[in-house]
This record gives sequence, C-alpha cells and structure tokens, in this order.
Amino acid sequence: MNAPLPGILADNPMLDRWISFPAPGKVTVNTGRVEIGQGVLTAMAQIAADELDVAMERIAVRSGDTELTPNEGYTAGSQSMQSGAVALRQACADVRALFLAQAAAIIGCQANELSVRDGAILRGGKTTGQDYWTLAGAVNLVVKATGSGPRKPVTEFKHIGASTERLDLPDKIFGKATFIHDLQLPGMVHARVVRQPNRGAVIDQIDEKAILRAARGKADFVRSGNFLAIVGGDETAVDLAAAAAVDHVRWQHVEKPTALQAEATWLLQRPWIDRVFGAPAGEPQGRRRFEATYSRGYLAHASISPSCGLAEYRDGHLTVWTHCQGVFPLRASLAKALGIDASKITVQHVQGSGCYGHNGADDAAADAAIIAMQMPGKPVRVRWRREEEFVSEPKAPAMVVKVQALLDDAGKPADWTQEIWSPTHSNRPGAGGVLLGAVALPNAMPDPPPGDVPESGGGGATRNAEPLYGIPAKRIIHHLITEPPVRTSALRSLGATANVFAMECCIDELAERAGQDPVAYRLSLTADQRARAVIEKVAVMARWNPQEPGGTGHGRGIAFARYKNRAAYAAVVVELDVAEEILLAHVWCAADAGLVINPDGVINQLEGGVIQSASWVLKEQVRFDNGVASFDWETYPVLKFSEVPEIDIELINTKDDVPLGVGEVTAGPTAAAIGNAVSHALGARIRELPLTRERIMATLLKA
Amino acid sequence: MTQTFNFTVNGKPVSVALANEETPLLNVLRNELGLMGTRFGCGLEQCGCCTVLIDGKPEKCCAKPVWSVAGKSIVTIEGLGTPDKPHPLQQAFIDEQAGQCGYCLAGIIVSAKALLDNNPSPTRAEIAAALDDNICRCGSHNRIIRAVQKAAAQMQAGAGS
Repeated sequence: MNAPLPGILADNPMLDRWISFPAPGKVTVNTGRVEIGQGVLTAMAQIAADELDVAMERIAVRSGDTELTPNEGYTAGSQSMQSGAVALRQACADVRALFLAQAAAIIGCQANELSVRDGAILRGGKTTGQDYWTLAGAVNLVVKATGSGPRKPVTEFKHIGASTERLDLPDKIFGKATFIHDLQLPGMVHARVVRQPNRGAVIDQIDEKAILRAARGKADFVRSGNFLAIVGGDETAVDLAAAAAVDHVRWQHVEKPTALQAEATWLLQRPWIDRVFGAPAGEPQGRRRFEATYSRGYLAHASISPSCGLAEYRDGHLTVWTHCQGVFPLRASLAKALGIDASKITVQHVQGSGCYGHNGADDAAADAAIIAMQMPGKPVRVRWRREEEFVSEPKAPAMVVKVQALLDDAGKPADWTQEIWSPTHSNRPGAGGVLLGAVALPNAMPDPPPGDVPESGGGGATRNAEPLYGIPAKRIIHHLITEPPVRTSALRSLGATANVFAMECCIDELAERAGQDPVAYRLSLTADQRARAVIEKVAVMARWNPQEPGGTGHGRGIAFARYKNRAAYAAVVVELDVAEEILLAHVWCAADAGLVINPDGVINQLEGGVIQSASWVLKEQVRFDNGVASFDWETYPVLKFSEVPEIDIELINTKDDVPLGVGEVTAGPTAAAIGNAVSHALGARIRELPLTRERIMATLLKA
Repeated sequence: MTQTFNFTVNGKPVSVALANEETPLLNVLRNELGLMGTRFGCGLEQCGCCTVLIDGKPEKCCAKPVWSVAGKSIVTIEGLGTPDKPHPLQQAFIDEQAGQCGYCLAGIIVSAKALLDNNPSPTRAEIAAALDDNICRCGSHNRIIRAVQKAAAQMQAGAGS
C-alpha cells in the first residue's frame, strides 16, 4: 500500500500532464504554477533534473496553460514548493520507475539493477543502449500516478539544494521580449477600457467627438451595457482617447469612497459577520489583563507594470493570454461571465511583473475577452493605464486587531484573544469574486455572498491570528466587514501582516511589563524547537544585546512567526534610527524553510518580503478623497533604493525532506520588528500603520 | 499629416513616419522599431521602467515626444550587450541574480550605465541615489546595488589592464 499521493498529484493524476519526452534528448515538464518573479520555473526544473536524472539543459518547463498543464489552482499562499514541487517530485519519480520497468523487461533483468544517468539507462554502471527517448514510444504515460516510484533521498540530490541560476533572468537582463506586454499577434488591435466607476454606475453621456479629437488618430468604440472600450491599431491614439474619455464620459449613480473611509478605525462602525473559534470563553486563567489595539490602512499591490491581457475569439473558441495567478479559475470565471462553455476557452499564462497577490491581472484578461467576443477574428490587447491599476486593482483590506491577554503570575500570557475587524481577503475569481469588466455587462452577475479564505486554506483575516506560542487558552474573534468602501482581496501574506504585527508588538509590550528581554521572553513561551532555533539564530546574527538602552532615537526590535503556523519559520531583527522619519539601518533574518530547492531563490524571496513589508510599514496607505486618491507613484510612494537597509539572511535545516513555503513569511515579522525597534528607539509605542512622520511626531509630543 | 523623424538608436540611423509628432519615444521604440526591451510602467515619467540614454543622459521616454529626440542618439537596453557579448553590467546582474520579476531591470541597467559612465567607482550610497528614480517593487534592491558595484570593479580592472 503506497502512501497517499500528494494532493495536487491526486487532483491531476495523469502522468502525461506532468512529463513528456517530445524529441530525442528533450524533456518537457509541465507545471500549473506560474512565474511571478519568484523563480518557480527554475526550481521545478531542478526537481525534475534530480528525480528523472537528466541534465538541466534538457528540460523545458511549460507553465499555466489550461490545455496542457496540471490544474494547480492559484500560484499563491507560498504553496508552489510546499505543494506543487512535492507533487512534481512524485510524478517524476513515478515516470522514472515506469521507464526502468520497461527497460528491465527489454534487457531481461530486474529494475533495481538499473540506474539512470542523464537520461541513459545503466546496468551496473554500464550503458545498456536504452534511454528515455528510445523507450518513450513503449512507455505509456497516459496512466495515473501511483506514488510507488521511489523519490531520491535528500543525500543524493545534485540539483535540489543548489543555487542554480534563474532560467528566466538573462532574457530580462538583455531586454529580450518575455513579458505579456511584448506579445504581438498578427492583426492585433490595442484597447483601453473606460472604466465603470463602481457597480451600478450607468453611462449617461459619451462625447465621442471630443474623445476622437483627442486621439489624433483612428479609434473606435466598443460597448456592451456599461462596459465601454476604445480600440484601434495605433496604441498612441487609443491611449490619448482613453485619457480624454475620463473627462468626456458622464456617469450616473457614481459612488466614491471618502477620506474618512480610508482609516482603519472606520471599520469598527460597520456591519459585520462574527465568527469565534479557539478556546471557549470560560474561567480566565490569568489575573492581570493587558489589552492593546493595532491597525493598518488599505494597501495597493502596486505592481510595477499595469495589468495587461490579450484575447482572440475565432471560430467559436476564445483564447486568452494573461499574467494572472490561476489560469484554470480564470477560465471558469470567464465561462460564467461570458456565458460560454469552459471547453471553448483556452487560458495561457504569459509573465507579467510581480503581482504579490490578486492585482488587476484577471480583470485585464477579462476586459480583453469581453472586447474580443465583440470583434471575432481580431486579437485584442488591453493594457491598463497606471492610474487605472492603482484605482481599480483590488486593495489589501485595512484591518484593526485588538489583543487581550490575561497574564499569569510570571507575567506570561495564559489566555490570549485576538479580535479582528477586516473586509475579505478573498475576491479572486476562483473564490467567487466577480471580474471587474463583467460587472458592467448587461445582466451582470451579483457579488458573491460575503466570505473569506477558509481556515483550511490558511484563513484570510485570521491568517496567523493564533500565536504559535505555548499559551494555555487561545481564541480568535473575527468580524468580517461586509460592506467595505472598495473591492478588497489577497495581498502577499493576507491577514498575517497585521496579525503578526499586533501579536509580536504585544509580546514585546508584555516582555517589557515583565521586565524581560524580548528574545528571552519569546524563548520562554515556546518549546517548538524550530521556532526556538530561528529566534536564537537571528539573535546571534544581530549580536542582540539585552542591555541596549532605549529611548535614544536608535532602536532594535525582534519578531517571529511561522507563516500560517504551517509553512516556513522566520525571525527578524531590525535596527533603525528615528528622527522625524524612520531610517532603516540593518535587517537580519533567520529562516527555516525545510527542504530548500534553491537557496539563493529562497533568500531572494525572504529579502523581497522584508523590503516590501518595510515599504508597507513606513510609507504605504491607499488614500481616498472623493474617490481613490492614490493613483500614481507620487500619491502612493514606495521604498526607494536609498531607503533600503542592508539585509543579512541565513537558512537553517535546509536538508529536511519537506519544503516549507517562504514567499510570505517575512512580511509579518518585519512589520513587527520595525514596530518594536521604533518603540525601543522612541521609548513610546505606535500601534497604527503606516508609521508616518505625523504619527511619530504625535507620539513624541505625547511622550 | 505624416511627418518623418530621424535619429539614431543603438548606433544605427532610423527614420520613422508618424501622424502625431507628440507620440512618446517609448511607443516608437516598441511599436515602430520592435525594440521591446524598454518598458511601459507608468506613462508619467515616475517609475523609470522606460529609461534610455539620450545623448548619453538617462531619460525616461514614456512621455517624451518623438519630435524632441530628432537628430539625437538613443541607447536602449538592447544596445548594451547580448548574451554572447554581455555588457559588464549585464554579466554582473546575472552573477548576482539581481532581479525577481525583472520588469524594472532594463531601465535600472540603463540608469546604472549612465552612472558608471560618469562615476566609474561609485559608493553604495551613490549607486542608491542614482537609482532612486527607478522603482523596484519586488525588493531586489540590494542585489542590484551589489551587481552595479561588481560591474564597476570589473570595468575598472578591465580599464587598468
């Protein structure tokens, strides 16, 4: 009896969906995971190279194609290695075993006498004249995976665990076309959408003459209900027309978010749906009570490229090119929105810029599809304008997190309640979210009923709301805010950033009350050896000094989390100076990601998470002022090169058998470590993000 | 009425005929000349994805009208090097694995070239300051700074030998 198949492989059991040998010396590896800048395609090639015993150069990785690749849902949740790689590894092992069995039958020996070297079948170390490609015709891969192929032991890896150079980077460095924005289809037209300002807004009047005058070239209108687009062969003309259309299309029933609604505290007055889970409200175990409320504002994904999508409707079949994170969920959602069968739609992934979650990619693809359906035979390319990306992309929700801790006699938390107010973190098409353009169509589908990422998926607002620490009673109260002022959805780490910020700042506040060093206090709360190891490691890396005086304007802070309490572990120390603004000096991070496929890739992801989180914490909040008022890089500034600290990262426990996802683990600990370092520097606590100059000045005046 | 504009791109003279003399240089490079390495990021001259060299100076070209570059010499990422003959900056970016999604890299490498042309051995702070007009959203900043330092060192060593 074999162990159960990895989940993704059980969902996509046919081996030919994963591996093929298309030509002598060539291997094609299919993955449902897509490249969003994290190096996933390189990591998948490394896995296949080891488990199939072939050279990296022989492998081509195909990804995210509804016709060809496995359906792995979304490339999200730090799951590509933890789920996707584990599935691919077993698929490769099963394929290798089938080839060895076939070779053994031909040669007349036992399969366990055979081995593989760069695709060639060896017996006793000697060539047999057989290889994957001579056998390919005889081995049927249109069979289900069994999980019986032996996976390589960690000690025999050659490629897994090596910092192989990214396969996709050279093209990007030489300026060779690789992005969806560069895709040119014969006869293609450019299109821009005149965006419906909100669901229910109705086109009142279109001044077509004024718009076409501004275009200074040929452009046409495409309209369906309140979906309006401008199309043409000259991108400059289409761009000019779209910019002019903002002022020359009048809408009725427009709703605009107000400045007040941008504040996290606005959530506290809204209707909500409650959930409580964890320890029952019983006899409190601690006596002294500590309570503090933390918050953060709305954030933008702020991808460096505006979203782009291409589509062509030809002979009753719709083909869509997209940089979204999930081609299969998008296909299902397009089928519903456009009223055509999913079998008549092909969705292919083409790389875009980093998305960090649910940005405008799905919507831009839907825009292109809606227009293409009205122009059969004509490939359509939609590229959002920068303002459109900022205004229309789903925002990461504002959150308020109140922590209530009851302390035992030693000053340790005995009872912990994390109470959260947040709009949903899940409006992805695959979770029932409605595609933006489809909302403007006649007979638009209604919004899905309110909900959030289920706990089985790691939770949305509740992600990392439960402390990993050994606290006898823990509970989460989740208020799902059902009517946020803007559409909200997943941003890297979802609710974990705000939850870990609140929790780990609170732990520091409790340590201070107990008169203990933050590192020692954390260690006293956890027996999890892997948690202890990263905390101890980062303290050594940063030369942590419990005696360092506070309130000097110079500060250090530490924080820890295990992402989703089931992915990678990370502890972060931040060193900074606070004058009127915060200057980050140095960040140290120790992480345990279990089996590491590509150490440099993992470090790159951890580092990116540190910098992005620092940017959120120091600078970012989406402002509303009679509409979304953060619409470009001046009204939504992010961390600049001169503001980035030096960063040191070390990995431990890299030879474990199971990889743990790393893409999102540093977000929460970085936010909290900055919060704790600022508190150390100022001698006063700021509990609201972002840590703006105004908040620092207000805190200094109070102190 | 169509007008013709003449300038040099990566050392080669080009001539383009356009109805709108305000057409951004970026659109001309990408849509008329097929040079897709220079990227659209904002159209507002804020993010640096579209940075090219114009007469040796790093400039954003997403909102730069084509008439303003008539007679000038433009260098794009494609003009720096090729996989067979990489510019030291490009080799250093590969060596340092300096990038994640890579969308910002063309503009950043061109900005870095302009820096090194004027200051062959910049400090970390000088590199950071020179790249402040370029946004990287993935957080590859430190790798990028290391790559520029490495390229500078290699170019210095090459010049001295």
